[in-house]
Amino acid sequence: MAAMTREETEALIQEVLEIYPEKAKKDRAKHLAVNDQGLEKSSKCITSNRKSLPGVMTIRGCAYAGSRGVVWGPVKDMIHISHGPVGCGQYSRAGRRNYYIGTTGINTFVTMDFTSDFQEKDIVFGGDKKLAKLIGEIETLFPLNKGITVQSECPIGLIGDDIEAVSKKAAKEIGKDVVPIRCEGFRGVSQSLGHHIANDSIRDWVLGKRDGDDSFETTPYDVAVIGDYNIGGDAWSSRTLLEEMGLRVVAQWSGDGTLSEMELTPKVKLNLVHCYRSINYITRHMEEKYGIPWIEYNFFGPTKIAESLRTIAAQFDDKIKEGAERVIERYKADYEAVIAKYRPRLEGKKVMLFVGGLRPRHTIGAYEDLGMEVIGTGYEFGHNDDYDRTLKEMGNATLLYDDVTSYEFEEFVKKMKPDLIGSGIKEKYVFQKMGIPFRQMHSWDYSGPYHGYDGFAIFARDMDMTLNNPCWKQIQAPWKKPAANAEDAQRAAGGL
Amino acid sequence: MPEVMFRKDHNDKLIFYVAKKDLEETIASLEFESPEKWGGEIVLSDGQRYYLEPLPAQPKLPITLRVKRV
Ligand code: SF4
Repeated sequence: MAAMTREETEALIQEVLEIYPEKAKKDRAKHLAVNDQGLEKSSKCITSNRKSLPGVMTIRGCAYAGSRGVVWGPVKDMIHISHGPVGCGQYSRAGRRNYYIGTTGINTFVTMDFTSDFQEKDIVFGGDKKLAKLIGEIETLFPLNKGITVQSECPIGLIGDDIEAVSKKAAKEIGKDVVPIRCEGFRGVSQSLGHHIANDSIRDWVLGKRDGDDSFETTPYDVAVIGDYNIGGDAWSSRTLLEEMGLRVVAQWSGDGTLSEMELTPKVKLNLVHCYRSINYITRHMEEKYGIPWIEYNFFGPTKIAESLRTIAAQFDDKIKEGAERVIERYKADYEAVIAKYRPRLEGKKVMLFVGGLRPRHTIGAYEDLGMEVIGTGYEFGHNDDYDRTLKEMGNATLLYDDVTSYEFEEFVKKMKPDLIGSGIKEKYVFQKMGIPFRQMHSWDYSGPYHGYDGFAIFARDMDMTLNNPCWKQIQAPWKKPAANAEDAQRAAGGL
Repeated sequence: MPEVMFRKDHNDKLIFYVAKKDLEETIASLEFESPEKWGGEIVLSDGQRYYLEPLPAQPKLPITLRVKRV
């Protein structure tokens, strides 16, 4: 389908909104917009970070998911207790594919689920005693843990348990950090507040640990990779590039990260922020308290990688600047070969995205490197500042949808007919059954890494094997195919 | 009386950031910006106005301060 004009896109939004009752229509209209590259501020065209409309199918998660799943979960040498009933932790266990190095159950614990498994009596009489006991058991069974976090599920906030007191007492007893986090699922409108709460808990309980301790030897080239959760190994394929250009990566937040890395972060010279949405709060804090500047970067696709490497290098001396050029030069043959191979197979294909923190805008460059075009994008839980950063990345008159409902998403897809959709697991099978190639872009559909030059090769291969898979030609039911001749038609009708 | 973080961005522009409100705006003008007086009326680039009790010296940025809505 040819690119839509501004009027056509606007008409499409109106048409899709038509089905809603008056009040719902008014509300949802604010979350759907036609992109205008001329705008500086997204607040002029789109509203975000508002409560989802009751009655629609939204794709969001809860604050507990934002803290336990996203920010804290990947910190590998700590044990994260899902405090409350068993389901929240068990159903989200190991789903995010944050890779890490270590021996699970001995010195690393990311894919395990620790829960206080609340029963009726814990709700009635309170769960503080159980929590204290649980921390003791953890210490006995897993003595190599470096610390514990208490991730509150909904009931904790409702029954008024004092997890702070228990944590403080337990921390003294076991001589390790025990961090209480008030990330009950009902707080806020999406997982986004959970990120913020998790950031604040790191600020209050972890970051200041090594203030005044200068025993850590620093170099002028120390950086921290912030907001890379190492999905399928993303942080590793990013880290190698930074190290090759001469920087020293002191900490990874939080994919394959450790507690001591987090404690050392205030010693670095520069914070490199990948997922702005989930972690910008802590970098802003570090800028204010420790004077560490931060910059955002994007390691999806060679164009953005080169741009980012140069921006990062510009913060350092000539040695690093040369290092950046050397890295770009070194991988040139590789990524040019990837583009030469896949671009002819993907050229001109249209993509629609609906994902979380950074991908709705960060992956656009990688698609464009392959000659593809993103015609619609949106965030599950983005805020204004995310859309601000998106306006310039998206083409004019493309569609923006915030906290899209499953109904709207399906209708948009039917009308805009993209060649590929990138979204989550809940959307995957619906669209595949509609016959549209789909990539699950939260955990890279069991693939990855997608960051860095090495990741780009995998990204390109995955997009190609999804989009050009012969199965899409088989998707139409035989009786719906236009019959080639009369005999076929009769057979299809069951007459032969 | 929102808590506001003032910071300089990469282009050396003064930024007004309120985490709770997702507000990240450039400051179009600040009434007093001299070494011995810093603050006063703040006009954001989208037209919103705030007032910051003037500080006796230019602060080290970034800094979080309370401001009043005008
Ligand atoms: S909303 Fe509450 S009950 Fe549901 S997963 Fe989140 S913390 Fe658990």
